[in-house]
Amino acid sequence: MKHIISALVENKPGVLAHVAGMFAARGFNIDSLVVGRTEDPALSRMTIVVIGDDRVLEQVRKQLAKIVPVVKVQDFVNQPVVARDLMLIAISAPPEKRAEILSLIEMFRGKVVDIGQKFVMVEVSGPESKIEAFINVCKPYGIKSLARTGTIAMPRHSRADLRPTQVSDEQEN
Amino acid sequence: MKTKSRAPARRAAKPSIKTGAQIIVDTLIEQGVDTMFGYTGGVVLPLFDRLYDAPINFIVPRHEQGGCHMADAYARASGKVGVVVATSGPGACNLVTGLATAMMDSVPLVALTGQVRTELIGNDAFQEADTTGITRPITKYNCIVKDIKDLERTVREAFHIASTGRPGPVLIDLPVDVEVAKLNTEGPAEMKLPGYRIRTKGHARQITSAAKAINESKQPVLYVGGGVITANAAKELSVLADKAHIPVTMTLLGLGSYDQRKPESLDMLGMHGSAYANYAVQQCDLLIAVGARFDDRVTGKIETFAPNAKVIHIDVDPASISKNVGVDIPVVGDAKTILKALAKEVEYQERKEWFDKIAEWKKKFPFRYDQSSSTIKPQYVVEELCLQTKNEAIVTTGVGQNQMWAAQFYKFVRPRQFISSGGLGTMGFGLPAAIGAQVANPKATVIDIDGDHSFNMTMTELATAVEHELPIKVCILNNGYMGMVRQWQELFYGRRYSKSYLKNPKYEALAKALGAVGITVEKKTDVPKAIKQMLKEKLPCVVDFRVEPEENVWPMVPAGKSLDEMSGLDILERLI
Repeated sequence: MKHIISALVENKPGVLAHVAGMFAARGFNIDSLVVGRTEDPALSRMTIVVIGDDRVLEQVRKQLAKIVPVVKVQDFVNQPVVARDLMLIAISAPPEKRAEILSLIEMFRGKVVDIGQKFVMVEVSGPESKIEAFINVCKPYGIKSLARTGTIAMPRHSRADLRPTQVSDEQEN
Repeated sequence: MKTKSRAPARRAAKPSIKTGAQIIVDTLIEQGVDTMFGYTGGVVLPLFDRLYDAPINFIVPRHEQGGCHMADAYARASGKVGVVVATSGPGACNLVTGLATAMMDSVPLVALTGQVRTELIGNDAFQEADTTGITRPITKYNCIVKDIKDLERTVREAFHIASTGRPGPVLIDLPVDVEVAKLNTEGPAEMKLPGYRIRTKGHARQITSAAKAINESKQPVLYVGGGVITANAAKELSVLADKAHIPVTMTLLGLGSYDQRKPESLDMLGMHGSAYANYAVQQCDLLIAVGARFDDRVTGKIETFAPNAKVIHIDVDPASISKNVGVDIPVVGDAKTILKALAKEVEYQERKEWFDKIAEWKKKFPFRYDQSSSTIKPQYVVEELCLQTKNEAIVTTGVGQNQMWAAQFYKFVRPRQFISSGGLGTMGFGLPAAIGAQVANPKATVIDIDGDHSFNMTMTELATAVEHELPIKVCILNNGYMGMVRQWQELFYGRRYSKSYLKNPKYEALAKALGAVGITVEKKTDVPKAIKQMLKEKLPCVVDFRVEPEENVWPMVPAGKSLDEMSGLDILERLI
């Protein structure tokens, strides 16, 4: 099962190496890992997607928490979260295909961020499934290059907070 | 581990200008350091200059690895934090085995390593190595201090992290420019460790559930590890075991936590543990693990380990719980506090049937060897050592057969008496460990029960023992082989003794050349006399016991077998 682990860590040199090293040394598989600053300059947040059974994940959480500069560890399994990936993708887009491609981009709420004679570069964000789906529809046109961030996530604080304008991850596709 | 808060406020708050090296030495002294081990070198010269007239007993090993093992054993024997210093590059690299040894056995250690100047880092400078990168997986915590302002706080944090919770080695890498930089210190720097929390007091409800399980159990076993010794909880363990009337088995590192002369002691369990401990664990209905981590050498085949038992696990490290074996009642916290609380809630039970069964196993399968043999049996040497030292010596070991025979045939009676590399299994640990233990206990009898090839690995440290006039005793169970390797080759590789036999030096002459006492014992009848003489010596003494070359350690749970599928019981039975 896929778990999204969020770890608040001290913003110090060596922390990323320590976390990554621990995963490698203990044979845990990282699906994706994203590190970024938080509102507190002393802290960074790592969002790590891990695949494993409950026993493995229990160890992952505990071993992470054991690392001294790791301040807090959360596993978002079984709770409502907003999870997002960001992707930049350059698609072959000869003039005759452009209209078609642009309508696809619109369907996925992507944004054209660069355009050349034979390609468009698109920024797409969303849940992983949406990113995968967009990659699939782009394949027939030819993908020139692709870069993805990996997942970041935050738990929804309460179901009650959902306003009608907000859509769940599934609906957004 | 008991938390000792050493109040930084003790230091004068008046501002003074100090170099980094001075800050380090002052903070070490503030942390109660009076003994250190280490080897000098280019980038630690400023630090060693400050150590020149510091009130610290400084032991220089002949190799940094030896120094690290010495500091490790010093910590294990004293309960204090061991401190080791090395220079950058090769010096730091030579600490690796020692740090990994301490990490696996949860030993509180602070290592200080020199580093090249901050601006040279990453340039492949002379004697540069990425020390924090190399040692990250084998330390509890490590860091490099690039700003003198962080120095005092970091040293203080290192001692705190090393000695609390599940202890372990902490390394601080010190670029030489930070050692010589100057700072106007304005009073003690507070620790900043937002990610470091330790649970000490066990959860009250969990303790009550554990007590209830103990009171309901007909066939319980206490399975205790090094954590009980680290937590200084041996007394509390005895109280609980006596009050609830529970037999106690110990891991290799747990030896000493429970008096092995008591009838409730099941001695060591596991691969080369006693048959009665292994049978008891396999048949118990309740297994109470305290400060132990269900290591594969203890559990044998994990799927069939203690198959009928409910498991209580008391440990300060939450990550140890349910790592290898599913736990029914976990209690996270300090063993001393939890055992004390637990003892209050348990009731005495006679458990006659259970103890009768155990007594029967004990009678049928004690640790045994062929006493009628005309050759020197290594087990006989250990037994004689135990007898002549009246169970009181501090014993260190190498790794392999020598270690197992020491664990099987020396009966330990108090904590911090048996010092051995358990988790990592570091050959060469015995001699430097004896030095560290002797430095911590100058009056004690310290014996290194060693193998010839374990001794060969670090024998250079004999010179260190001679220099410091440490009366350590080294008993080499000399069989010419890497004994445990040879045993496996005999059992599993058709007696093809591939690369496990080496030509040894004449240890007696070697000892004498280094300024120690050397004795060779070739006849069985000379063993008691030689040990007697050895115990009288004031200088380091090496005794070369020419033991039976192809003796095996029995019983043995072959890899992948259940604990009760021991080999060698038939051999032991024939010896009655």
